[in-house]
Amino acid sequence: MAFTEDWKDLDARQRYEARMDAWANPAVEFESDAVRQQYQDRVQLFRDAVELKKPARVPIAPWMSLFPGLSQGLTAKETYYDYAKLADAWMKFHAEYRQDVLAFSINIVPVHIYDALDYRLYDWPGHGVGEDSGYQYNEAEYMKADEYDLLIADPSGYWQRFYLPRVIGAFEPWATLDPFTDLVEGPTVGPFFIPFGTPPVQEMLKKMIDAGNAAMEWIQNFSAMDAKATAKYGLPGFAGGVTKAPYDILGDTLRGTRGLMLDVFRQPDKVLEACERLVPLAIDWAVRSNDKTRHPFVFIPLHKGADGFLSDADFRTFYWPTLKKVLQGLIDEGLVPLCFAEGAYNDRLEAIHDEEIPAGRMIWMFDATNMSEAKRHLGGYQCIGGNVPGALLTTGTVQDMDDYVRQLIEDVARDGGFILGSGIVIDEAKPECVKQMIEAGLKYGAQA
Amino acid sequence: MTQELTQAIVELREADALAMVDRKLAEGVDPVAILAECKTAMDTIGDKFAAGEAFIPELIMAGEIMSGVSARLKPHLQSTPADDDKLGVVVIGTVQGDIHDIGKDIVVTMLDIAGFDVVDLGVDVKVDEFVTAAREKGAKIIAMSCLLTSAIDSMKKVVAAAREAGLNDTKLMIGGAPITEQVVAYTGADGYGKDAVEAVELARQWIGEA
Repeated sequence: MAFTEDWKDLDARQRYEARMDAWANPAVEFESDAVRQQYQDRVQLFRDAVELKKPARVPIAPWMSLFPGLSQGLTAKETYYDYAKLADAWMKFHAEYRQDVLAFSINIVPVHIYDALDYRLYDWPGHGVGEDSGYQYNEAEYMKADEYDLLIADPSGYWQRFYLPRVIGAFEPWATLDPFTDLVEGPTVGPFFIPFGTPPVQEMLKKMIDAGNAAMEWIQNFSAMDAKATAKYGLPGFAGGVTKAPYDILGDTLRGTRGLMLDVFRQPDKVLEACERLVPLAIDWAVRSNDKTRHPFVFIPLHKGADGFLSDADFRTFYWPTLKKVLQGLIDEGLVPLCFAEGAYNDRLEAIHDEEIPAGRMIWMFDATNMSEAKRHLGGYQCIGGNVPGALLTTGTVQDMDDYVRQLIEDVARDGGFILGSGIVIDEAKPECVKQMIEAGLKYGAQA
Repeated sequence: MTQELTQAIVELREADALAMVDRKLAEGVDPVAILAECKTAMDTIGDKFAAGEAFIPELIMAGEIMSGVSARLKPHLQSTPADDDKLGVVVIGTVQGDIHDIGKDIVVTMLDIAGFDVVDLGVDVKVDEFVTAAREKGAKIIAMSCLLTSAIDSMKKVVAAAREAGLNDTKLMIGGAPITEQVVAYTGADGYGKDAVEAVELARQWIGEA
């Protein structure tokens, strides 16, 4: 279903306007008109920042993961598993920490569903890591070096028959199923359904039903939790969908960092072809979720393109061209790519200032990148933000935070196009430091 | 001729490099001499990394070529190459609470090629495991890695445990994305390397001092 009935007739700008309008006018029963106004004022802060205007003040959007739970006294395990405790902590967190967005609830990963499925891609409290640890990624060569042609020929089929049986225990029997594209004529229906009559596949289907039930419980709790915080505190979400750079899908999800790095030397053409093949999937993924959430921002965490992970030449050859196509595809759909460049991007600033991507239509959130340099390269072209260091949030003082944020705003936020945020996604940190980052943003951002 | 292999490795031409090793062995070239050429190549790649001309993929690819070379040389070597010349034992691992291994693995490869006797404890290594291994192996260095900020406290615990266990001749090195001088001070470690090349450099300095 299209976002509006006349979607096909709209150009990228009109689609952007339609999505921004939907974001500013959500189907939420706000506690009062004043709260609705606060919500709309905040949306406007972000909209102005994206459009490189000077907002009424600098918008504040630190990345949150476990922190809202941990800072309210929950363990990591409770934060993931106990919906009632989390919902309670969520409201207390938002009352206490005056940021301009909802905490990022997608980072509180749905462990009940993982339990139902025997999900192996992550470790989480009680499953491979301790009760006080956040989830961690089990990187491996889930796709083998000689399987590029299978992936390129049919990504969906590859996922179903090769990737998923390797990362989800419950999906092991899926490897015995035929591709759904076999269902082209009546006589093929018989053979296709034979595996569904076998005990392992039927067991798999039962586990999928369990996972579905867990997913319903998860979405009901999480949407209620977010809706309540939005209605009471006037907080918009920071993103309504997620996608990834094609090179990262290969490196994070399929081949592993090491595997992909070696492929770039051993089979570069296959890497390029696979990245191209993943472009439409990466766009479609975001469009479908953003259409549902009616939020224009698409969160794109960037991993394998950071400084040191590739030479500049390889970045421009293997990483950027297909990420750029994804960004262009999203912008064409009226969406706002929200790239989070984890690690340092100092060597990439020149490459990512690419005039073929229209100005004022996306956001670059940085981690350890030199922000004055980011401003020099991207100022007047795209909105930038982020950067408050994780080390400072964990080991710094309140005064350190105040100084850092004041200087950051002084350096790069004076003429707008800036969002204050953390360089990392926050699990453990000193509560007083997180609070001061936000308070300093409110104080100095208003004068910016 | 002698530089041909070195150059193939520096240029990361894997198939060429391995074919050259095969040919040299067939021609009866001393495997120790072949290894020396490889070491020269790895030093050059390390220098290029330090100068910002090579990056993590180049280090990993070079390490991969070296594994291929080692596998070919092994049957031809009388013993492990010059055990007496080993610089000393380094016990290394990613600390408890963290399972990231890529950075740690690069350091392992680089230390190994530089001539250290590396004992790799893997990831999510408990405090006691570091201390026990260091004592049993007579480690001159304990090297700890992490990517997660939350794992910094594990490093601090290892430092405290090593001091308490009286491992006074063992130096403690840390490394990983979140590590800064501030973190070194916080954990009480003896030093850190910004990257794998710096880690090897630091290890060489320490062993030189010893």
